[in-house]
Amino acid sequence: MSNEDILAGLGEIVEEVAGVPAADVTADKSFTDDLDIDSLSMVEIAVQAEDKFGVKIPDDELANLKTVQDAVSYIERNKA
Amino acid sequence: MTDHDVVVTGIGATTPLGGTAPETWQALLDGVNGVTANTEPWVEKFDLPVRIKAALKVEPTEVIPRVEARRLDRCQQVALVAAREAWADAGSPEIDPERLGVVVGTGIGGALTLLGQDDLLETEGLRKVAVLTIPMLMPNGPAAAVGLWAKARGGVHAPVSACASGAEGIAWAWRMIRDGDIDVAIAGGAEACITSLPVAGFSQMRAMSTRNDDPATASRPFDVDRDGFILGEGAGMMILERRDHAVARGAQIYGTLAGVGMSNDAYHITAPEPNGEGQTRAVEKAIRSAGLTAADVGHVNAHATSTPVGDVGEANMIKRAIGDHTVVTANKSMTGHLLGASGAVEGIATLLAVKHGIIPGTKNVFNLDPAIEVDVATENREVNLTAALNDSFGFGGHNVALLFTKD
Repeated sequence: MSNEDILAGLGEIVEEVAGVPAADVTADKSFTDDLDIDSLSMVEIAVQAEDKFGVKIPDDELANLKTVQDAVSYIERNKA
Repeated sequence: MTDHDVVVTGIGATTPLGGTAPETWQALLDGVNGVTANTEPWVEKFDLPVRIKAALKVEPTEVIPRVEARRLDRCQQVALVAAREAWADAGSPEIDPERLGVVVGTGIGGALTLLGQDDLLETEGLRKVAVLTIPMLMPNGPAAAVGLWAKARGGVHAPVSACASGAEGIAWAWRMIRDGDIDVAIAGGAEACITSLPVAGFSQMRAMSTRNDDPATASRPFDVDRDGFILGEGAGMMILERRDHAVARGAQIYGTLAGVGMSNDAYHITAPEPNGEGQTRAVEKAIRSAGLTAADVGHVNAHATSTPVGDVGEANMIKRAIGDHTVVTANKSMTGHLLGASGAVEGIATLLAVKHGIIPGTKNVFNLDPAIEVDVATENREVNLTAALNDSFGFGGHNVALLFTKD
């Protein structure tokens, strides 16, 4: 799975959970500042990402995923 | 305490009869039946004795955007649908948020979330439990969802008094305005709990109709063969407003909420006090607080759920507390029982009856119970009304009466 695939998959999850169009979920965006996603929605996004990409995202790791690129990189490093 | 008149400047509802208040009112006048067979798989699974329900005519997810809807329990969704309709109907007034309040009652709250998430915890484990489980199940959820949407900073409250909750929401909002706390309130009730455990629980109480072979005539308030209520879902909301505030902004006025009365039986956790003394106290308080007399009350929109004991006790109370001149009707013959939303939806019907001078007839009265000694309208009745009363009663001994007058 390429970084582009992970990015596209994340976009689908963010659109499903928060209603942000998937096309707006680009690598440079901050989840909270740019995409207006609250902490509870981030937990939901993380749970869905775990299922979709076969990764574990513990809470202390989730706290470090500030931007979409952070999440893509984390998933890339940890995916099954 | 100040002495401000409280008028109704907007209405909203979503019910088994329609997705809006005007559609619900028209369906009441047309005698439309809202009760259908319940073919959910859990009915078969648990072999439930009750196989009928009064489900919403319009799914809230057809009205509320998807992303917003998925963060809300169904009881919060219906509350928002009705509140937005009522607010728009009132002209979406620009007001100081600190002068706006919300009082939305519910009987049970987010039962579908509570039970559904418990199932998920059992079958799928912690990870699958929704992060918004708690705010979706809490009984102040409908009030909070409406308050957040409306930016109501003058106070958001959630009376919980079983089937009196919706009426109590309106009653407390009236008090807040009369006390001078706020100028405008969004008030009413919401309920959406048609699922296995509530049906099982009410069935075990023998409170529900089992006329499964004939859903259309199952809800028979005041009929000699009535055998219980039909579980329904929905919401009703009113915009209540201090009269001078409404007049100053040129708002439409449906009528006046002239008085309210609340009391408790303190007799039994579910059974109404047999002599109706608690109910009478609520009705008399409502009439007294409006500065009227029983002779002025030309119409009673009864709680009348179609249970054998409840309907006759209420009719006796109406006869004694108001008299045999008043015309009585039971909307639940068409809507089923919306529990914590019923008082709000029936309050709207009472208000519109006064405004339009027409009382929707009670359906399914094939043989009026001879023990019912009040004038039950079984066809639509055109009556020139100056005042009409809506009463609601809830498990826990709660009694609430709302008195509306023509503007």
